[in-house]
Amino acid sequence: MAHIFFDHISTTPLDPRVFEEMKPYFLEWYGNPSSHIHDQGQAALKAVDAARTRVAGLIHARPQEIVFTSGATEANNLAIKGAAEAYEKRGRHIVVSEVEHFSVMNALLPLRNRGYEVTPLKVDSDGKADPEDVRRAIRPDTILVSVMHANSEIGTIEPVAEIGRIAREREVLFHTDATASAGHIPLDVEAAGADLVTLSAHNFYGPKGVGALYVREGVRLASQIDGGFQERGFRAGTENVPGIAGMGAAAAIAKEEMAPWAGKLRRLGKRLWDGIGATVSHLHFTGHPVDRLPGHVSFWVEYAEGESLLLFLNVHGVMAASGSACSSNLRGRDEEDLVASPVLRAIGVPSDICTGSITFSLGKGNTEEEVDSVLRVLPVIAKRLWEMSPTYLDYQKQKVQGGG
Amino acid sequence: MAGPYSAKVMDHFMNPRNVGEIENADGVGEVGNPACGDMMRLYVKVEEGRISDAKFRTFGCGAAIASSSMLTEMIKGKTVDEARAITNRHVADALDGLPPVKIHCSVMAEEAVKAALDDYARKHPG
Ligand code: FES
Repeated sequence: MAHIFFDHISTTPLDPRVFEEMKPYFLEWYGNPSSHIHDQGQAALKAVDAARTRVAGLIHARPQEIVFTSGATEANNLAIKGAAEAYEKRGRHIVVSEVEHFSVMNALLPLRNRGYEVTPLKVDSDGKADPEDVRRAIRPDTILVSVMHANSEIGTIEPVAEIGRIAREREVLFHTDATASAGHIPLDVEAAGADLVTLSAHNFYGPKGVGALYVREGVRLASQIDGGFQERGFRAGTENVPGIAGMGAAAAIAKEEMAPWAGKLRRLGKRLWDGIGATVSHLHFTGHPVDRLPGHVSFWVEYAEGESLLLFLNVHGVMAASGSACSSNLRGRDEEDLVASPVLRAIGVPSDICTGSITFSLGKGNTEEEVDSVLRVLPVIAKRLWEMSPTYLDYQKQKVQGGG
Repeated sequence: MAGPYSAKVMDHFMNPRNVGEIENADGVGEVGNPACGDMMRLYVKVEEGRISDAKFRTFGCGAAIASSSMLTEMIKGKTVDEARAITNRHVADALDGLPPVKIHCSVMAEEAVKAALDDYARKHPG
C-alpha cells in the first residue's frame, strides 16, 4: 500500500545524515559533559558545544545564547514561566496571540492563578496578528509578548519583525515560538527583534526529545527545573548528548539546504493547493494564501467531517492531520478532551465544522506522484462522506428546489 | 494498521450498512451532538409493531458513522419496545468497544432511535 506522509507538521523523519552524527554518542562517547576532566566527558562537552554553535547559526544567534531543552514544550514553558517569574517585580502582564500552541497557552494557566493578567491578541480571518494591536495591548506593567513565528495548523506566518520592533520600543520582552518554522524559512533573531525563541529538533529532520530556547544575552529567566548548573543555570539535568548532537547536525543541514527545500515544497504545495481547489467542491482553504509555510496546505470541507476524512485518507495510505495534532486526541480520557480547535475558532470557522479541518504538511522527501495520488483519492473520499451526510442531502434538495 | 478503533468499527465505517433514506418512513429521528456539531438522521419503517427497515445518514466521525451503521443492524426485526431498550452501551459493545473519548458518539445512535420512535408514535397514535 502507498505510504504517503503528509503530516510533517507533527514531526519529520530523521535525516539519515543526522542519525550518523548521533551514533558515536550512544556507544562510543557516552560521557557526561559535566565530567569533562576526562576524555569521555571532554568528548561529550565538545559535542554539545559544537551543536550549540550550529543551532545558533541557524537563527543568527551567538552560541552562548542557546539553552538546550527536552523539546519545544519545555522551551515554551521556560520562556513563559521563566520570564514571568524573573520579571515579576516589573509587572505581571503578558500579551499572547490567541493561536499559540497549547504549551504556551497552558503555561499561562498557573501564572493566571497567581494573579498574572493575560491579554489575548485577536487574529484576522487568515490567522494573522496585527502589530498595531500589540502596541495597543502593551501597558506599563507588561513584561512579555509572545507571538508564534508560524502556525502549525493553518500555516500562517506572523509579522514577527514588526511585533518584535514594537516590543523593543516599549522595552518588553518578545518571545516567538518557531517550532513549526525553524529550519524551513529563515529566522534571524536580530531582524525579528526576538529575545526568546523556541526551537524543536524533530520538526526539522532532527531527533525527538530535544529542543532549544534562544535566550538573548542579558535576559533573565527563572529556571523551571531545579538541580545542577547545566545550561548556564537555565536548565538543570544531564544533557541529552546524542539528541543535542543530532539537533546540531539537523540545524547545520537545514541552514545549507533550506532554500532548495523551500523551493521544492512551494512547488509541490502549489500543485496540491491548486489541484484540491479544482477537484473538491465546498472546500475552504484556511490560513494566509501567500504568507504561509512552504508545502503547507490546510482546508476544511463542508458536509465532511475531519476525522472521517483522515480515516479514509489513512486507508489509502495518506497520513495527514486534523485540527492541531493535539486536539484530535483519540486517546483522551473523556469527551472533555475532544475540543474544537482554538485556532479555527480564532479565525472564525463555525464551531460545528471545527473538527473538520485537514492539514497536509509536506516534507523534503515527498514527490509530485504522491501529490497526484492524494489529488486522485481526496475527491472520491469527500463524495463518499457527502453521500452519507444528512446536511449534504438537504443542501442538494434545496438546490434542486431552488433551481427548479 | 491498527489505529485507534477496533476492526469492527473500521468495518462499519468503511462499509456502512443501510446508508440512505426511506421514502414515506414511519418515523424519522434527527439528533445532533452540540459538542462536535456531528449529526445523525435515522429513518424507520414499522410493520405490525416491528421495525422492518432502517436507514441512516450521518455527518460525523468514524465512531459516529460506525455506531449509526451498527444501530440500524441491531434494530431491524426488533419490536418497537425492544428497540427502545437499546442503549449506547449496547451499540458500543457490539462494535467491540470505543475509545473513552468517543463513547458520546454512540449516544447519538441511542438518541436517534428514541427520536425516530417518538416520531413514529406521534404519527401513529394508539
Ligand atoms: S466526535 Fe462527534 S459524534 Fe463522534
